[in-house]
Amino acid sequence: MIEDVITIIWKEIRELLLHRGRFRGGWTGLLFFAAIFGIFMPLQSGADWIKSPIGLLYWAWVPFLLVSGVVADSFAGERERHTLETLLASCLSDRAILFGKMAASILYGWGLTMTCVVLGLITTNIAYAKGHLLFYPAMIGIGIVVLSFLIATLSSALGVLVSLRASTVRQAQQTFSIAFFVLFIPLFLIPMLPETWRIKMLTVLSGININYQAILILVVTLLIILNIAIISIAMARFRRTRLIFV
Amino acid sequence: MIFQNAITTKDLTRQFQTVQAVDNLTLEVPPGIVFGFLGPNGSGKTTTIRLLLGLLEPTRGQATVLGYNTATQSDQIRKNCGALLEHHGLYERLSAEDNLEFYGRVWHMPPSERKVRIKELLVHLDLWDRRKEIVGTWSHGMKQKLAFARALLHRPVLVFLDEPTAGLDPIAAAALREDLAAMAEREGLTVFLTTHNLAEAEKLCQQVAVIRQGKLLAIGSPESLRLQGGKPRLEIRGSLFSQALLSELRARSEIAGITQSDHQLVIELTKVTDVSPLVNLIVRSGAQVEEVIKTKASLEDVFLTLMEEEK
Repeated sequence: MIEDVITIIWKEIRELLLHRGRFRGGWTGLLFFAAIFGIFMPLQSGADWIKSPIGLLYWAWVPFLLVSGVVADSFAGERERHTLETLLASCLSDRAILFGKMAASILYGWGLTMTCVVLGLITTNIAYAKGHLLFYPAMIGIGIVVLSFLIATLSSALGVLVSLRASTVRQAQQTFSIAFFVLFIPLFLIPMLPETWRIKMLTVLSGININYQAILILVVTLLIILNIAIISIAMARFRRTRLIFV
Repeated sequence: MIFQNAITTKDLTRQFQTVQAVDNLTLEVPPGIVFGFLGPNGSGKTTTIRLLLGLLEPTRGQATVLGYNTATQSDQIRKNCGALLEHHGLYERLSAEDNLEFYGRVWHMPPSERKVRIKELLVHLDLWDRRKEIVGTWSHGMKQKLAFARALLHRPVLVFLDEPTAGLDPIAAAALREDLAAMAEREGLTVFLTTHNLAEAEKLCQQVAVIRQGKLLAIGSPESLRLQGGKPRLEIRGSLFSQALLSELRARSEIAGITQSDHQLVIELTKVTDVSPLVNLIVRSGAQVEEVIKTKASLEDVFLTLMEEEK
């Protein structure tokens, strides 16, 4: 199956990066993105770019942004361009197609994020090192790698799940946005809580000695559970005989 | 796997809500032939292919393809079959070579074999020089040729071709038909070809089945269907066909009917027969005969008759 997954990734990445049959056009957008997030923003932020725990939030958002931009196309795009039926009529297994599609978008989103992380580190060192090497604190460094990977996986799994049964890319994108919004509804509900509740919450939170490591472990655990759940649903919903017509 | 028929279906049925797309279809397709599956638009041809490839589940009935059951062994069927479906299914942002490279990898062809086979097919189909171009810029005819190459890439035992010449201009269609016939013969393929182009079926197929509204109306060789479905005719061009001659002809048992126009006499025969006595009789009556043509009912005549009967 691994060979088949790699085959799907090979095709997906070529489709993503080729622009009018050439790689040059496709790479331009990615280089622009890398220049913004790997050079310009680190230069603006200084050494804090790698030291601040806020970076964790930042690098969690970037892969989501990148993966969500491409994953809606995974099945809905093939359906819209009439290539899905031929793909399904091939000898590829259901799992190879599903995981290949997911892996391609993760590789794209997470790979580009990691490129920006490394580029940002190099930029910060060149601009602000002052004689000694700057590096991410261990917790932040590991957190960035793990968190960005899990967010990319979550975005990919959710996008593929939505794209499986969407008739067009536009429909998949709309449903995907709503689905992601639903995941974050609890955050949006906070301002609606009665003022006395909010004050109480703030008091409790300000009294807590924030242990970033514990929070990171908690978030990572929640993301792993969420990923397993969504991937399982996607696997259950991937039925070749129900994919041609939606 | 040993199998007697490349395809066997028994009471195969597929219903979409109120529409019966395939209705108790029972047929057998022997291996090594080009089998034509004829029917008007919406008659259930594409649905049948989808059922045979395991891309749709039947509502009832069963089918085996290359000895594999479509309900339980569809992965084995897809492994051994090639398909050019309703749409060409090519990745238009990729080059022709990349499209074939991708499907070569999908079928687990070793790199060296893949390379040789891609070249062989593209050269044969006259696409080799344009292999680096992205498919999106190609004409419909070229795309169909490439999709045909993709269907044959892994040397399948059986190929499903769903209206491969639909939408092509007559020259491109004829070229694709020629390629199809040559490749089928060279590679010893079984081809399941759906079409509503009856001339195409007549040229390519050793056996044909006619389907309408999901129901099988007729099956057999084009020749046997022609014999079943239409009477042979004698067309005589000339002049001076007298009333006495016409009366004499009408009285003969081998003649089913006569129609006369300005300079033509069309005699519908009851069976295939030696027509020289009839021609002699006409000449002896004093008629001026310029040309005699003996015709059989075409597959198109048979098809139209079957469609009419079914209405």
